Amino acid sequence: MSANTVKSSVDARRTGPVPGAPLLEVDDLYVEFRTRDGVARVLNGVSYKVEAGETLAVLGESGSGKSVTAQTVMGILDMPPGFITGGEVRFHGENLLKASQRRRREVRGSGIAMIFQDALSALNPVFTVGFQIEEQLRVRRGMSRRDARKRAIELLDLVKIPNPKGRVRQYPHEFSGGMRQRAMIAMSLALDPEMLIADEPTTALDVTVQAQIMDLLKEIQVERNMGLILITHDLGVVAEVADRIAVMYAGRIVEQSDARSLYRKPGHPYTLALLDSLPRLDLKGTELNTIKGLPPSLLNIPSGCPFHPRCPRVQEICKTEVPAQHRPLPGRLSACHFAEEMIAGD
Amino acid sequence: MGRYVLRRLLQLIPVFIGTTFLIYWLVWSLPGDPFSGKCGDRPCPDSYIAFMTEKFNLDDPLIVQYGKYMADLLTGDFGETFRGTSVGELIGEAYPNTIRLALVALAIEAVIGLGAGILTGLRGRGFLDNVVLVSTLFLISLPVFVTGFVLQIVLGFELGWIKTTVTASPAPWGQLIVPGFVLGSLSMAYVTRLTRTSIAENKRADFVRTAVAKGLPQRRVVGVHLLRNSAIPVITFLGTDLGALMGGAIVTEGIFNIKGIGNLVYRGILGKDGLIVTGVVTLLVMVYLLSNLLVDLLYAVLDPRIRYD
Repeated sequence: MSANTVKSSVDARRTGPVPGAPLLEVDDLYVEFRTRDGVARVLNGVSYKVEAGETLAVLGESGSGKSVTAQTVMGILDMPPGFITGGEVRFHGENLLKASQRRRREVRGSGIAMIFQDALSALNPVFTVGFQIEEQLRVRRGMSRRDARKRAIELLDLVKIPNPKGRVRQYPHEFSGGMRQRAMIAMSLALDPEMLIADEPTTALDVTVQAQIMDLLKEIQVERNMGLILITHDLGVVAEVADRIAVMYAGRIVEQSDARSLYRKPGHPYTLALLDSLPRLDLKGTELNTIKGLPPSLLNIPSGCPFHPRCPRVQEICKTEVPAQHRPLPGRLSACHFAEEMIAGD
Repeated sequence: MGRYVLRRLLQLIPVFIGTTFLIYWLVWSLPGDPFSGKCGDRPCPDSYIAFMTEKFNLDDPLIVQYGKYMADLLTGDFGETFRGTSVGELIGEAYPNTIRLALVALAIEAVIGLGAGILTGLRGRGFLDNVVLVSTLFLISLPVFVTGFVLQIVLGFELGWIKTTVTASPAPWGQLIVPGFVLGSLSMAYVTRLTRTSIAENKRADFVRTAVAKGLPQRRVVGVHLLRNSAIPVITFLGTDLGALMGGAIVTEGIFNIKGIGNLVYRGILGKDGLIVTGVVTLLVMVYLLSNLLVDLLYAVLDPRIRYD
């Protein structure tokens, strides 16, 4: 995995797919929400890249901008209040933010598909699960009702829903939580997308079901060589499935690295704090570590490094200078003034 | 579902008996002599009064009178008025007018109310939204007789666009448009607001976002996913309202001289003609109860999450 280039080499002016370009690139994305209380800077220069067959986990607290990034990629951001003030989203090198509405719609579902956190509210309660899978096939692929029904049953079978023939006629509320998320996944796969964005797919589920859903996602991704963006706030969930991890804080990516190195040697104090706050079996009986303070208000992001008010290693420079994203080691990105020292291990 | 319907139908029996008895009792205990003034300037001859008392079982205790009335009713006999006209026939003549008026009112409510509601719900805040909010508030706060008389005077007398009263029975559809608007105006305003809120609320729902993320065209997202869900409360409201409209409209029918059921019941009350009032009200109670049952069943069809039994 070559995460060595921060900026893409693709000519930004070009529209239309570019051969050899990465599957998905988010490049220096800025989004703000203009609300009555002021302007919330939700994304402040987010960049990441996903290749086919690769899993990128986007990690962060609520409000860190991980979902907004995904919504911008999909083009389902509520605008207003959201405004994209800068940056590009390139799919096969084509800047989607400049693409026509029609082109954007084409990409949705068949290029990039998305699954959501709460499948109960994300599925339409008054239509059967089958109908909701079939409608894409009928509207987008022009399939007949009967063929679409056949394909829907296959898809339900693919996501390991028992008795797909009976289930296809049922309504979302007749499914259990895990089954609903499986149906959601089946729906997202209907148009054979090259890229899947899973926005907290397991957050609303039981722990045992969580593991099943993650395994299923991983299996499907490998089988189809899809790009997968896994948005989560749960470090435990991503450990086994992610190739690379991007950690977000206050609308920025503060660290990006391959999963292994990140777990072994975090390059940002925020990542370290997140890892330290995981419950550990060998520290049973001791108090859990937490991160002091609250995430900053996006209406009023602290000067310098946005994490400095909560950072245990804070120095004078952190309060005044925004740390640039740099590469302390090949394949790793960090936005901390002291990334090298952290990785070298104090 | 079958058991539920059966249970609801059985529930109709006690409600039917209770309401009819109440009406029967109220009507016959109205103060005043029903036969005063029935024979011109002279007091009615004793033979007439004796005949009428016999005919309407007026010497029996109320409960026996009621029993005899119900026995006739169950054979489909609504009884006769004091003048000897069959109440059943009167209802048969009046009801088509009421149904026509109700349908016109309902159509106006549905078309204008839904249309304005969808438009403002989708667009959100703005000039049009304000216009609709203010005008619906205006309609809601106006009593029906004001709307009725104003439209009759302006459109009928001043501009001469419409006939001031309905001239025939059964009433021609064209003459019912303005009366239908008057009758439906209040509910139309409610339908507009209900639709608007429902659309605005569902517009940001997760399942709408999913539909967009699936790459469906905008008109399918709105036309299928958004409307289908937003229509549930509105259609239930319209159904209940149809039940109420079928009960006739004393004021609107009065203003526009429509010979409907409201008109009939009004004349019955004035003439202390108990059997007209009892007969009509009994029928209306049944219509209302049945239409409510239909609305409940419709609700379950529209929203699969609702299950009876």
